[in-house]
Amino acid sequence: MSIFDRFRVKENTSANIARERLQIVVAHQRNKDKQPSYLPQLQREILAVIKKFVDVDMDDVAVDISQENMTSILEVNVTLPS
Amino acid sequence: MAKIIVVTSGKGGVGKTTTSAAISMGLALSGKKTVVIDFDIGLRNLDLIMDCERRVVFDFVNVIQGDASLNQALIKDKRCEKLFILPASQTRDKDALTKEGVEKILNELSETFDYIICDSPAGIEHGAQMALYFADEAIVVTNPEVSSVRDSDRILGILQSKSRRAEQGSSVKEHLLITRYDTARAAKGEMLSVTDIVDILAVPLLGVIPESSSVLTASNQGTPVILDLKSNAGQAYADAIRRFEGEDLEMRFIKPVKKGILSRVFG
Ligand SMILES: Nc1ncnc2c1ncn2[C@@H]1O[C@H](COP(=O)(O)OP(=O)(O)OP(=O)(O)O)[C@@H](O)[C@H]1O
Ligand SMILES: [Mg+2]
Repeated sequence: MSIFDRFRVKENTSANIARERLQIVVAHQRNKDKQPSYLPQLQREILAVIKKFVDVDMDDVAVDISQENMTSILEVNVTLPS
Repeated sequence: MAKIIVVTSGKGGVGKTTTSAAISMGLALSGKKTVVIDFDIGLRNLDLIMDCERRVVFDFVNVIQGDASLNQALIKDKRCEKLFILPASQTRDKDALTKEGVEKILNELSETFDYIICDSPAGIEHGAQMALYFADEAIVVTNPEVSSVRDSDRILGILQSKSRRAEQGSSVKEHLLITRYDTARAAKGEMLSVTDIVDILAVPLLGVIPESSSVLTASNQGTPVILDLKSNAGQAYADAIRRFEGEDLEMRFIKPVKKGILSRVFG
């Protein structure tokens, strides 16, 4: 990277905004491509179980599967109403 | 009852998504409750142009398949409370959009919205046909370029034969929108002129959007270009909205601007 590039990166140009937005979208997309097809169904059933106890929406339950080395990690995030 | 408008072109990359974003924002700003649907299944992009890519939880196909309700999938625009976005699904399954499924969703949206804007994918295959099938009106986006004009004519043919209205013996109201118009090159005879295109296609002209660097800046930031009223493209889209609503406005930005000596040197 030249010294000029360093200056440029700091500027809040529209290209920089575009780059940041794309980094997030692409990371998300690549992750999704690798996810098993049963995930939506899994998410629905987890939601159904939680709903028996607390009043949550589909939006409040996020289910993700990620890979780390040789293990798959199932991550369930539930936002409970306050 | 909502009015269903398809933004279509046949040819890819001519400005359908840019136009869908601008037109839906423009209608919403004029007080109409509007939803814009991305029909480009597998290649979702409208969310980026509308700056809501991080808020997508459910999509069009999730709703069709009953995995989510419409309310869960609709994203409310942060800038205009009358505007909603229904994102495309990223599935690779080409048949995810069924005619029955699309109809059911459009019917449900029709109950509460004034306008439904359908951003068509390129081509004339299934996705493009689903986007136009239920349309009441069509905005045909064309660039001043031979292949684009020919493809627009193909799409006009499909609107006139394979849409629901055509099948029922009525017709889809057609509007021509010329985008990426380079006045200087058209004046020099290097590009088809507005008159040429209108003569060939014989469809009423809704507007002419000039080629403008502000479109790239707008998409970088996820701001529909119609919100940039300093730009000529933004103004041209705003004019198109007023024409759509019935005003009789002269076309702007179709003649080359005479450059002053300074811009001749620096521009
Ligand atoms: N008036 C304009 N001036 C300059 N660039 C433009 C203009 N309109 C569109 N573009 C550019 O053209 C490219 C294609 O635009 P857009 O994505 O809206 O086309 P599309 O028809 O939706 O494409 P696709 O067929 O892939 O869905 C984009 O890079 C966009 O920034
Ligand atoms: Mg598009």
